[in-house]
Amino acid sequence: MGGLIYAESAIINANLHRPPGGKGFAIVLQPNSYRGKLIVVEGIDGSGKSTQIDLLYKWLLSQGKAVYFSEWNSSELVKSTTRLGKDEKAFTPTTFSLLQATDFSDRWENHILPMLKAGVIVMADRYAFTAFARDVARGVDRDWVRNLYSFAPQPDLVFYFRVPVNIAVDRITTGRAKLKYYEAGMDLGLSDNRITSFRLFQQRIINEYDAMVDEFNFEVVDGADVVQNQQKRVRTAVKRLLRGYEGMPNPNLPARRSRRSALKQIAAQGGES
Amino acid sequence: MTEPVYYGVGFPYRIIQDLPGKLIVLEGNDGVGRSTQIAMLRKWLEDEGYAVSDTGLRRSTLTQAGLENAKNGHTLGSLTMSLFYATDFADRLENQIIPALKAGFIVLSDRYFYSTIARDVVRGADPQWARKVYGFALKPDVTYYLRADVPTLVARMVHGRGFNYWEAGMDIRCADNLYDSFCVYQSRLLQEFDAMTIEYGFETVDACRSAMDIFDDLRARLRKLLARP
Repeated sequence: MGGLIYAESAIINANLHRPPGGKGFAIVLQPNSYRGKLIVVEGIDGSGKSTQIDLLYKWLLSQGKAVYFSEWNSSELVKSTTRLGKDEKAFTPTTFSLLQATDFSDRWENHILPMLKAGVIVMADRYAFTAFARDVARGVDRDWVRNLYSFAPQPDLVFYFRVPVNIAVDRITTGRAKLKYYEAGMDLGLSDNRITSFRLFQQRIINEYDAMVDEFNFEVVDGADVVQNQQKRVRTAVKRLLRGYEGMPNPNLPARRSRRSALKQIAAQGGES
Repeated sequence: MTEPVYYGVGFPYRIIQDLPGKLIVLEGNDGVGRSTQIAMLRKWLEDEGYAVSDTGLRRSTLTQAGLENAKNGHTLGSLTMSLFYATDFADRLENQIIPALKAGFIVLSDRYFYSTIARDVVRGADPQWARKVYGFALKPDVTYYLRADVPTLVARMVHGRGFNYWEAGMDIRCADNLYDSFCVYQSRLLQEFDAMTIEYGFETVDACRSAMDIFDDLRARLRKLLARP
């Protein structure tokens, strides 16, 4: 498995300095060449992206699609180290960035890549772009962090949920417990006040995201809009992507011609939401 | 060292002006005798009145336990291992090596990122990708490449700690048994180190000799280096 991953990353690197595809950017991430589809949501904390991907995930499941969901910073292998670094406030921007890349690569090698090869729709709540935005906001070099993730493909769809920082702050501060140290960007020393620090840090992240819209072909969704409207836009784009895509057969469903009735049956049993 | 020089952009968020210490790296294959030499050099340097600090792979307090666990399991992929080691390296560089150099210490480093790159490339990593990961790395004052052929390494292993899974590259199963896999794996690493000699300006030290002879050689080289202003 390892050999294959690297063979592909070698191609990516060969392309780093290739003349860009007309948009003025070098190609950092190669197009997804696997059988499966890769759909990603991005945006700052409180942008509503997790709500939207959750709705999308359930919608695709209810249609009997094979879907795999992966969340940022969720590798079991890296968990205890992340915990330690956060508890001890031991991270520097570089080690934070490298450890999150380690976390991502573990999920890539063990889950995302095999699922994509199998023909599954992989959905990721945050992807390399989170690192490109957040780590750069913390002060690491743009090209350096792009190289770290150059083994990963460009997703088929990237939804960027854009919200003004004030709305995100309101959502975060009313809905949850106290802002955490790194979440608020306290390590940057922007302000002693967590909320002020969060605001300044998130604004920097928004600036990085905004600058990536063309570079990585983001579908920008207005995160301040009504939830249903956002989901409608998301589903329209996903439908377009999945047109003509057969995916992998679902062993829990009977043969194609009786698929519709089988789906109805599953729905009647409460298998969707 | 004084003015820090990096392989890439270093740490853009951290201005480091002056590093009066010296960063001395010992590189080379498993079993070549690096740690023996470092212990002897440390004693000699301290006798001479230098403040010495030593470091080596996997000694970061941040990643030590996690990386150890990962290596004991069976889900650690090559790419993940590579980035985990890079995290270990960055943590030690920022939190141990640079502060020691700032305080004027001689830092003896048992391996540097060259070893990690050699291992990554042997495992199929793209060589340019792996090099760029270490764009934050400081250029050492000198790297001594302790070079021994595979039969010498085998002899050292037999009379030392024996053969082990990782040092034999059994994760990529270079052969169906530890001994053969060790020979194949170490000879591939040797090729990588040899290829890096010019690129990174290693000083090659013949490590097929006795520990005392190697030490005399290293000491003479270091004396010259330390005599420089």
